[in-house]
Amino acid sequence: MENKKILEVRDLVVSFDTFQGSVQAVRGVSWYLNRKETIAIVGESGCGKTVTIQTVVGLNPKKNGSVKGGEVLFEGKNLLDLTPKQMRKVQGNQLSIIFQDPFTYLNPTMTVGEQIMEPYLQHHAVSREEARQKAIEILKLISLPSPEENMKRYPHQLSGGMRQRIMIAMALICSPRIVFADEPTTALDVTIQAQIIELMNSLKEKIDTSIVLITHDMGVVANMADRIYVMYAGQIVEHGDSDTVFHRPKHPYTWGLLNSVPRLDKKVADDLYSIPGTPPDLIEPPKGCAFAARCPYAMNICRTSQPPRIEFEEKEHYASCWLNHPECIRRRGPVRREGASDGK
Amino acid sequence: MENNRTPILELKDVKTYFRVPRGVLKAVNGVSLTIYKGETVGLVGESGCGKSTLGKTIMRLYRPDEGQVLFEGKDIWSYRKKEKKEYTKNVQMIFQDPYACLDPLSVVSDIVAEGMKIHKMYSKAELENRVLELLGMVGLNRDHASRFPHEFSGGQRQRIGIARALSLEPKLIVCDEPISALDVSIQAQVVNLLKRLQKEMGLSYLFVTHDLSMVRQISNRIAVMYLGSLVEIADSEDIYSKNYHPYTRALLSAIPIADPAVERERKRILLQGDVPSPVNLPEGCNFCNRCPYAGEECRKKKPELRQMEPGHLVACHRAGKI
Amino acid sequence: MEEMKTMTFDECAFDPLPEGSLDQDQIARKKTTYLKDVWRNFKKNKPAVISLAVMAVVLFFVLFGPMMNRFDYASNDYNSVNLPPNAVHWFGTDNLGRDLWTRVWEGGRVSLLIAVLATLIPEAIGMAVGGISGYIGGKVDLVIMRTIDVLMGIPSLIYMILLMVVLGSGNIMTLVIAISITGWMGSARSTRGLVLQLKTREFVVASETLGASSAWIIAKRLIPNTMGIRVVGITMSIPSVIFYEAFLSYIGLGVTPPAPSWGQLIKAAGEVFRYYPYQFIIPCLCVSVTMLCFNLIGDGLRDALDPKLRS
Repeated sequence: MENKKILEVRDLVVSFDTFQGSVQAVRGVSWYLNRKETIAIVGESGCGKTVTIQTVVGLNPKKNGSVKGGEVLFEGKNLLDLTPKQMRKVQGNQLSIIFQDPFTYLNPTMTVGEQIMEPYLQHHAVSREEARQKAIEILKLISLPSPEENMKRYPHQLSGGMRQRIMIAMALICSPRIVFADEPTTALDVTIQAQIIELMNSLKEKIDTSIVLITHDMGVVANMADRIYVMYAGQIVEHGDSDTVFHRPKHPYTWGLLNSVPRLDKKVADDLYSIPGTPPDLIEPPKGCAFAARCPYAMNICRTSQPPRIEFEEKEHYASCWLNHPECIRRRGPVRREGASDGK
Repeated sequence: MENNRTPILELKDVKTYFRVPRGVLKAVNGVSLTIYKGETVGLVGESGCGKSTLGKTIMRLYRPDEGQVLFEGKDIWSYRKKEKKEYTKNVQMIFQDPYACLDPLSVVSDIVAEGMKIHKMYSKAELENRVLELLGMVGLNRDHASRFPHEFSGGQRQRIGIARALSLEPKLIVCDEPISALDVSIQAQVVNLLKRLQKEMGLSYLFVTHDLSMVRQISNRIAVMYLGSLVEIADSEDIYSKNYHPYTRALLSAIPIADPAVERERKRILLQGDVPSPVNLPEGCNFCNRCPYAGEECRKKKPELRQMEPGHLVACHRAGKI
Repeated sequence: MEEMKTMTFDECAFDPLPEGSLDQDQIARKKTTYLKDVWRNFKKNKPAVISLAVMAVVLFFVLFGPMMNRFDYASNDYNSVNLPPNAVHWFGTDNLGRDLWTRVWEGGRVSLLIAVLATLIPEAIGMAVGGISGYIGGKVDLVIMRTIDVLMGIPSLIYMILLMVVLGSGNIMTLVIAISITGWMGSARSTRGLVLQLKTREFVVASETLGASSAWIIAKRLIPNTMGIRVVGITMSIPSVIFYEAFLSYIGLGVTPPAPSWGQLIKAAGEVFRYYPYQFIIPCLCVSVTMLCFNLIGDGLRDALDPKLRS
């Protein structure tokens, strides 16, 4: 794998003004994506992961004033500086997005074939016949049965899994450099989810594309991601490659996320671990660590000061938590994750 | 094995059909199942398999076309008016969508109090205390009582829904996918809460879900449903360790495990295709067109549930041979 | 990292917090109610806010205007006939020497009273019928909806004239009943449509599983949730009822003189419009302004209540 950054987000700040105050949805987030790589942005609903992606693909234009700072670098250009017209050329062509609920994003009055062809016709000077051929090719690539026939159908005539594949086909037809997948399998049954995961993993090999996966499901992450960004209350709290984050996580929130997934290969616990409470309201984010109120390891300092980013021995593994601060380790010794399995 | 326990709800060959333009949609097609006092039965299946319809049939929201639903030995469709009302007190429901299940115009205390007002269970002063008590049981407080549903997160709303279901002191709660709309980290909260309440109040649950990994944490027994029929019923742990039906195995294999190292080693049974439409069911075994082991017999004859081990029923011609 | 080492920490900075010292389920936002939300959005619509202010002024005069001078609406004064507006008779007098200031505001009382009653009564009937029809469904729904279809096919003027003949014209209540008898059907249809959408929602099903009766569900769950949309319809139908009253008075089916209504005043002045235009213009202005204001308020309410614009 060539380690070449194709997308980099730096210090992105997004907030929305409401009558109650401004909701600070994204509070200084930085991440990057390499070629042919899958990264996962993991967090609970409301942590700002969807807003981040929407901002990157330009669904949240700068001119409405919600993007308060930062840059999104794609092939050397800052996407936030593009005019809507320039952005439209990038959207759907080089960057495309797969939504959680395909049904609301498909036009019920158009055949799915038309809808798959649409972005291709928009971005390329080709005849309809060529676009049709391309659409069939893509449908074969994602192994949809009898593509010619299915292209003539309407969204409501297809099952949930089929619709999600149509969305994937729409996202892929222009051979995008990056596919953003916003909870692509949450609305699907497990057997269909397994099919879609398999499909997306195989696509990375078949066509030269990178994937940004957004999800709250660590199981899906384990199957797809090369690197993981854990996001909480509008900030990245931990980053590392997949094995590191799963096997040597350093942030109590990551511990919580991992512990709360029931594992089929483990015995049933008496009481399932859960992260208590609810994520904080980002109208008034807490002064200290945003996770402190739900954190079983919270200390006095967590209530008053934002934790610094602390790096660890593995490459690019970092976490923002006071527990890892050298002073804390000196005074208290290293704090261990409860109920952890150290992998293999 | 369950002989020493009393059944609370018995389903006897229940069939619930819907007439649709293309024919008859056999949503529930002959389900027999018994729920005993104080136990949790997990009802697992993919969307469209009829599990929610079965839940609603138990709630008396749909009338079965054939078969009987017996609550404490009495057919719920033979009830007189007073018994009907009594039944709603005994059997309650928790809903799937935490956003749609609460009236957007009512404050939380009114939502929780609604059932108690309908059944005139308390005086006005008692009612207020009782509402606060119920909210306390699900981890909410006085400040939350006067707020509107849209101010809460999904997990909190689901807890409000649970408080509402508990308000009538039911014996059985039908949980219709109570966690599928929630984040994984919050799902465990709700499951733990339900488990704790069961212990404290001796509740029975029918836990309808598509999630085989979470249902294991709460169920004593699990029934796997496919296209309107049960394909396997067993003790919870047996479903995971000694399963017989190829569909159960495929479901289990499809669940991702949150560990990349384990996942790399894992072999998956990938089912081909989608669930067929329940309007035109295949002639033989419902699962035969997706089953990797389907033989001649499977395409011709519908398999009946048969006992493989005490308390372990499987509907598959080839069970035990594959 | 350099910076971190130089930081100094309190003695107890790294001591664990006692359990439960921070509220995990805290809701930071201020409490809002539905009405507050609606009002906040309504305020953004300037024409609607101005209309509301204008209506308040009109209402003030309608209530207190007749008390502001010494005349009453029915007494004649043949020494001062058809006077133009002046210091004594602020709006002038009519051909029988009656004070027009008093008559215009007194007429406003009648017109607005009819408008409000003839809107709210049919609305209430329509909601109840539409709620029952939509929620119970089946044969009940079929019978009710077909009946409405048939009744709506007959021009409403025919009912009104018939009713006037039977009940005797000239009475406010007769007018209200005449307008109501056709008005409820539109509201019933619209409510039924909304109820059909709502009744499969989980919160309605939840009430059913709690053992609520149909009446409870219709009254407590369905109707309140359709109200937001119906309020717009109600506000919008007030101007048409005002117009209807004016029209009926104009063709001689309205309130009987000397009792004034805006329609009645317009009719009387219309005959002498060429000579005494002020007698005509003032009540016309009242009707037009009131109709315009209600329309703009309705517009503002529709936007304020639109769930897409909220949140």
